[in-house]
This record gives sequence, C-alpha cells and structure tokens, in this order.
Amino acid sequence: MLPPDSSRRPALLELRQISKRFSRPLDLAARLAQKLGAAISAQTVHAVDRVSLTIGRGEIVGLVGESGCGKSTLGRLALGSYPASSGQRYWRGEGGTTAIDDLPATQRRAVQLKMQMVFQDPYASLNPRLRVGQAISEAPLVHGLITAQQRDAWLAQLLHKVGLDPSLGERYPHQFSGGQRARIGIARALAVAPEFIVCDEAVSALDVSIQAQVINLFMQLRDDLDLTYLFISHDLGVIRHVSDRVAVMYLGRIVESASTDEIFAHPHHPYTQALIAELPVIGGHRRDYQAIRGEIPSPLHPPSGCHFHPRCPYAMAQCQTLARELREIAPQHWSSCILDGGGE
Amino acid sequence: MSMVQPLLEVNKLQTQFPTSSGIAKAVDDVSFSLAAGEILGLVGESGCGKTVTGFSILGLVDPPGRVVGGQVLFKGEDLLTMDTERLRAIRGNRLAMIFQDPMMTLNPVLRIDTQLIETLQAHQDISRAAAYDRALEALGEVGIAEPAQRLRAYPHQFSGGMRQRVAIAIALINRPDLIIADEPTTALDVTIQGQILALVQALCRERQMSLIWISHDLSVVAGLADRVAVMYAGKIVESGTVRATLDHPAHPYTRGLLGAIPALHERGSRLLPIPGTTPSLLNLPAGCAFADRCAQVHGACALPPPDFAVGHDGPSHRVRCWLNHANSPNRIADAAP
Repeated sequence: MLPPDSSRRPALLELRQISKRFSRPLDLAARLAQKLGAAISAQTVHAVDRVSLTIGRGEIVGLVGESGCGKSTLGRLALGSYPASSGQRYWRGEGGTTAIDDLPATQRRAVQLKMQMVFQDPYASLNPRLRVGQAISEAPLVHGLITAQQRDAWLAQLLHKVGLDPSLGERYPHQFSGGQRARIGIARALAVAPEFIVCDEAVSALDVSIQAQVINLFMQLRDDLDLTYLFISHDLGVIRHVSDRVAVMYLGRIVESASTDEIFAHPHHPYTQALIAELPVIGGHRRDYQAIRGEIPSPLHPPSGCHFHPRCPYAMAQCQTLARELREIAPQHWSSCILDGGGE
Repeated sequence: MSMVQPLLEVNKLQTQFPTSSGIAKAVDDVSFSLAAGEILGLVGESGCGKTVTGFSILGLVDPPGRVVGGQVLFKGEDLLTMDTERLRAIRGNRLAMIFQDPMMTLNPVLRIDTQLIETLQAHQDISRAAAYDRALEALGEVGIAEPAQRLRAYPHQFSGGMRQRVAIAIALINRPDLIIADEPTTALDVTIQGQILALVQALCRERQMSLIWISHDLSVVAGLADRVAVMYAGKIVESGTVRATLDHPAHPYTRGLLGAIPALHERGSRLLPIPGTTPSLLNLPAGCAFADRCAQVHGACALPPPDFAVGHDGPSHRVRCWLNHANSPNRIADAAP
C-alpha cells in the first residue's frame, strides 16, 4: 500500500526558506518613548524560521512538535492563509513549477483552490445557522464547480464518500456528534476537489474509537482520490501510523526529517529521541518514566544557537552559539544536530 | 490483598443527573477497591462516567446531580454518609484531587505561597514560618526550579505544565493517603506529560501513596498503573491487573479500544475502529449498553450482563459480559437439543 520510497515522488508543493514573524505593535507610550530616542523595538516572535519542506504528490508528510513550536503556522503558510514574512511557495501543477505568490490573482486563486484545510474543531469552522449541506456546497457553487441542479446529487455522493448518510445534509452542525463533525469538516475540504490538504490536529480531539474511524477515512480518501496531506499533530502515535515521512519541529525550526520507518528506528536529533522515548507503548507495561528536563522556552526569547540546547543531555559549548542548517546525514534523512556529522 | 482492609472500597456507587429529558445514569453500580500504595487506572471515553466517579468519591457532584446509592469506604468510614465537618477534615488532607485544568485548584488572585500555606494550616496546627518551609519543600519536590522566588508568583505567571505541578504540590502537601487524578496530563505536551508521570510514579513508590489515575489514554495507564478498570456508559465493564487486562482483554469493548490505538498497528494499515458512537446515558438499554456496537452480540445481550471473574489472573480479573459466561442463556439454549 505504501510506496517503497515516497520521498522520491515528484514534488507537489515546495516551501523554500519560508518564515513567519509576528510582531506585537507598540502601545502609545512606547511609540512616544521611541520617538524621543529610547531604544525600544517591537517584540517579535519567529513562529516559523527559514523552513524548507518539499511535499511529494500523493505523499503524507507528518509534522510533529509540541505546542507553540510553529507547526500550525507552518501549515497555514503552506496554504497561503498567512502571508509569509519571507521565502517562497512553489506549486508543481500541469503547467510546471510556479511561485504561487507571484501569480496573477486569477491563476493564484485556481492554485489555492487545490489546497484545503481540515481543522481540529470542525464545529468552530461551521456556521451554526447553516445546514451542513449548504455549508459544504457553498464553495463549489461559488467557484462554479457544480451547478444548482447538480447540487443535491453531488452532495449525496460527497456525504456518502465521507461515511455520512446523505439525509444528514439537512441538519444543523449542533445535531452531530464529534466524529460526525470531523467527517463534515473533511467533506467541506473535499468539496472543491483539492489535491493537497493540511490536516491540523484533525483527529486530536476525538475519542480513540472514533479517532480510528476518522484516520481510516483519511487513508481511504488518500487512496481513492490520490490526495496529498500535510498531517499536523502532537500525537506521535498517530503521526507514525499515517505518515510516509515525518518532520519534527522545535521552536520554529525543523530539527529532523526522514521517512517514518527511518526516523522511528534511528532518531538522530536529541529532541526527536526524547519525543520517541515518551511515546507510550502498551506492550511494555509498568515502565519507568524518564523525563526530559526543562520547560519549552518562550518563542519570544528563544535560546541562542540550537534552540534545544538548554534541555539537551548532550549539549556542548558550541551548541549555544551555532544554529546549524539541516543536513543530509543518511539518504533522505536530515538532521540539524551538531552531533550528526560533527560541527565546523 | 483481600486479607487486609483496603484503603478505599467503592461499593455499588450510583450517581444520577436529572435532566428535562430523563435521568442520566452517569455512574451505575460501580465497585472497586484500592490497597495502600496501589495505582488504579480508570479508563474510558468521554461521557463514560469516569470523572463523575472521581467526583462522587470526593463528594464534589454538583446539584442537581446526586449520589443515589452505594458506599465509599475510606479506611472503613463511609464518605457518603459522613457529616460535612468530618469530610472537610479528610478532603485535602488524607484524600486529595488533581484536576485536568490546574486552574480549578488554583485561585488566580492569590500568590502560590498563600495557597500552599492555607492548605497546610487548614488541616494542621502549624506556624506560618513552618508552613512556609513546607511550601518551599513541596514546590521543590515537584521539580520547580528556584522555589523561593516562584512561591511569590501568581498562577498566571506559570506555564501550563508548571501550574499543573503547583496543583500537584498543593494536593501532596498534606501527604495524603490517596490521590484522585482526573486527566492531569491531557492538556500538556508530551515531554511535560513525561515529567509529571515520572514525578507521580516516584511519589507513589516512595510514600506508599495510592492513586486513581482517570484517563482516556490506555497507553499512559498501561505504563503507570498496577490495575486498570475500563468504564463504558457508567459501568465498569472490565477490571484487573494491567497485565491480565491488556494482554487478555475479555470484554469486546476493551478489545475494541486496544484495536483502535494507532501505535499498536503496522504503519499505514487500517485500524480496527469500534463502529457507531457511545450511547446516550438517558435511555440505556436493559441489557448490555455496548451491544449495538459489539461484533459478538448475541441473544443473551438483551439481558443485563453478569459480572464475573474470567480467571486469567485469579479472581481479580473481572468482566461484565455474557461472552464466555457459563450460565449464558445462549449456551443453555445451544446445549438443549
């Protein structure tokens, strides 16, 4: 079922050196003080810091990290729902590779339509006063993908595809259970026939038995519709199960990426190693928890050099100053740790 | 284990919530016991009654919800019939709770030191200076760096993981015999969850403290607990040692939960989800509440399922199910010519 070497698939979406900075605007007093010559500047969070990521056609890339590491921001950058502070997005469609944000508006819209998102809380993303059938069919009607005459038959087919009874289209969002809402969120994303879907913690809020149903649905749709996913989750178990390739983020940077089998068998970056050590295993029983020390630092004041060095058991003096780029330490296995291949 | 008096013994506990559309039986006939130093994992999906079970033990069920039946014997005394004054002396002292959201424990407008010292002085005759020293020590125990400075901080100055540690420090400060922890790590990141689990595990070992760990996450319970109880629709459907229950799950629901965990499957393979959704607690069937989601449903399931020992691990491994039960009406019917 899985391609032998998914990382060699032709790229669909490529992010090059993409960054997102959020600044808090200065208040009036601070602006006045600045005018008068005080050394005050706006506080800036580097939510995503020069990240490059290539997603192959038909591939599922898992993006994992703890809260505040920038994984959701990266997902939104990939979709273009946040403008990037710097860096470029490239889309490889029928007409070759294009820098999406340089396209004229109409062409850009056509590419954007190929990219959709599934949110963690589908209830928050649905209008509570709109019947779900209306909510799902609104976008394709607006974009001229279906006509009003085709709507009912099209909707029935789409609802069936995500495992919902077509008659449920007449109901309102509050009349559904969590698992059904997740399916509605997926139907809404599929409505405009996308090629690429960002799933942002799409199964995290679900109970385990329902989560399994929705994970299966994602896998089924990928096979049926030849979809490409960026699957964002903090749950390493889910990521391991669905992904072909995994990228690990820490404080705005990707610290390691490799194929799923490779990264779980040979994690190189100490942060990845720590995450995998925390992955609960049922077979082991009664284990001793060995905690990684320290807190996740504030992204407002990230540690210098390698962001992970204050918590790293192998930290050396160099780690405090040297922030190394990702480098290929084995075929298709990238790590930013200084220990992998020595420092310079 | 059965020779000595257990620390906590819950007998046929029943908690109900009247609603406009009927009575919700949130906890229905729940019984279990806990020895000193033992860790019990109480597992189930949302709405199964695991949190209400914890709240019922501590007498924290808000009206109109009410504990309508059963006993909760803590060191032989029934917490349910105890007068408020006696209950107050035990709660927060011998018996403490850690909530999912630490802000349920913490008062946002009081400094951490005030809250820790207050907890001590409420239950012990201790001078403020001595209480301060104990507070300092307690904060250090839960792994908070520079406790002397942190004591002077307010809850909003802490991160989520630190707040949960402060809440744990408050729960632990009177050295309770039993802690009930309701999903205390669910909202936390994995590395922080690991820290909390390591802390709680060490404390239980060192102090012979008992713990009820309420969680939806079977894999956390598997690593932490001695025994596990699986709840479904207000009832414990299976309980036993972690090893017996997870290695030889006897109830189809427990098997279903294990089948749905991604980490236990070959990567990319289809998971085996439980079909359907959890039933409403308002109109539960007379028979087994899991019947309409169960792959092994049969005629007997329309009758209330028996609670019996399945024998993988002596009498302590129990299941509430007609499958493999000697007196199943179906077996009797099958055996008849």
